[in-house]
Amino acid sequence: MSLGEILSFAFIQRAILAGSLIAAVCSILGVFLVLRRMSLIGDGLAHATFGSVAVVLLLGVSPLYVTLAALPLVMISSLAIFKLTRSKKIHGDAAIGVVSSIGIAVGIVLASLSGGYNVDLFSYLFGNILTVNQTELFLSVIIFTAVASSVIFFYHDLFAVTFDEELAQSMGVRTKRINVLLFILTAVAAVLAMKVTGIMLVSALLILPPLTALQLSVSFKTTIAASVIFSVLSVVCGIIVSFLLNIPAGGTIVICNVFFLLISFGIRKISPATN
Amino acid sequence: MPVNIISTENLTFCYNGIEVLQNISFAVEKGSYMGVAGPNGSGKSTLIKNILGILHPRQGSVYLFGQPLANFREWNKIGYLPQRLAALNSHFPGTVREIVQLGTAGKMSPRDVKEVLQMMDIEHLSSRLIGELSYGQQQRAMLARALASKPELLIFDEPTTALDPQTRENFYQLTRDLNLQQGTTIILVTHDTGVLGNYARLLLYLDKKVVFLGTFENFCASSEMTGIFGRASQHIICHQHDRGVRPE
Repeated sequence: MSLGEILSFAFIQRAILAGSLIAAVCSILGVFLVLRRMSLIGDGLAHATFGSVAVVLLLGVSPLYVTLAALPLVMISSLAIFKLTRSKKIHGDAAIGVVSSIGIAVGIVLASLSGGYNVDLFSYLFGNILTVNQTELFLSVIIFTAVASSVIFFYHDLFAVTFDEELAQSMGVRTKRINVLLFILTAVAAVLAMKVTGIMLVSALLILPPLTALQLSVSFKTTIAASVIFSVLSVVCGIIVSFLLNIPAGGTIVICNVFFLLISFGIRKISPATN
Repeated sequence: MPVNIISTENLTFCYNGIEVLQNISFAVEKGSYMGVAGPNGSGKSTLIKNILGILHPRQGSVYLFGQPLANFREWNKIGYLPQRLAALNSHFPGTVREIVQLGTAGKMSPRDVKEVLQMMDIEHLSSRLIGELSYGQQQRAMLARALASKPELLIFDEPTTALDPQTRENFYQLTRDLNLQQGTTIILVTHDTGVLGNYARLLLYLDKKVVFLGTFENFCASSEMTGIFGRASQHIICHQHDRGVRPE
């Protein structure tokens, strides 16, 4: 089957479009998270998403609206991590661990209560971008627009907070507001990413493209741009390869991300500028 | 009537229930060059962070340019150079140019950027990533950032740690020029009381509370300060102050 034929399928077009938008959202936010050493928040929120999806499915929400319905619960989980981190009584990684454990525990218990291991719930663990529906595509467009505009509008504040939070405060940046914005946007990205890679691999979309871009960075802005390019390339390549080889799309997308990361490590190693 | 750039009233700050600052009250007039000194753990950096709104006092108040801190919005009037950046790591992908532009939230013309980079002698580093530079170069980039908005108040917290002697001397000379020629108010926190004697005109000596606040002339005449510094050290500081350039 030729590339043209593959791309002519409507579900492939939908998957590439939605997958690219979601991956772009994750890769932009990922740059700020990785640099602030908060990469694992993606893992924590993914587990919270598992619990939230279990709640939503138990309430009988149609599978068409599961992503949308799970959003508020994951946002609350994200803010809980933020609050716990700021309490100074719990370290950031432990706060993520607490919310993560609650998410998984709630998911398992509710799956059991709903009559054994629910097929719908477990399909979210591994995701399937090829089954993306119109609602999710529409949601991806809205979220991408919201994240891109937020990052453009608050670029200097986000840059300052990422560079040094105390310094940002001394410049009058309302760091708490910026942090809450980042946590909420990350929650939204995590819920959407569930569809692309599955809950198990959400953090890959938040971590791998920024990490790849950071190996080749020449400035902050180009790092964000490169992160988006690598994430979108991984989604496009991943979807096409997975379709051709009849293997899971989520895992293939992540493997493509890892492939680009290894190439960037290689380039960095041989580049005279970085040695 | 002189304008107070900074004033604090009964500022008290606690960390884990322990009072780190106790009833700190002082004012800094426009055009002052004030040195802040004190032993380790005396609350010097904590005081600066309270003034800048990074930390929040348990009681008391801070006024910046005559406005209560909570209402203050003209942050471009203040340039701050912290002791050591907490988060700066070698992987941070911001260039020197991007860091300098941060000082004005990106509202800076390329000519102004060039000018401030030239002033700090780091124009050739403008496209380099900040994380790849030596500490001394990073500190100069950070100083360029602090100066970028042409602030009326500059606050330096131990700014010359790890700078070589020549760069250190140039740095202090620059602070003096800014103070005397442009009227920029300077607050300099340092352990190096010799430097303070040479450049500052006012001294705030802290040890959780205000131990001394006044001119160097008063400092030199203070028997309490002789008790703290010892006669020889006090004499050296006062001698350096006498040699330093004084304002008109």
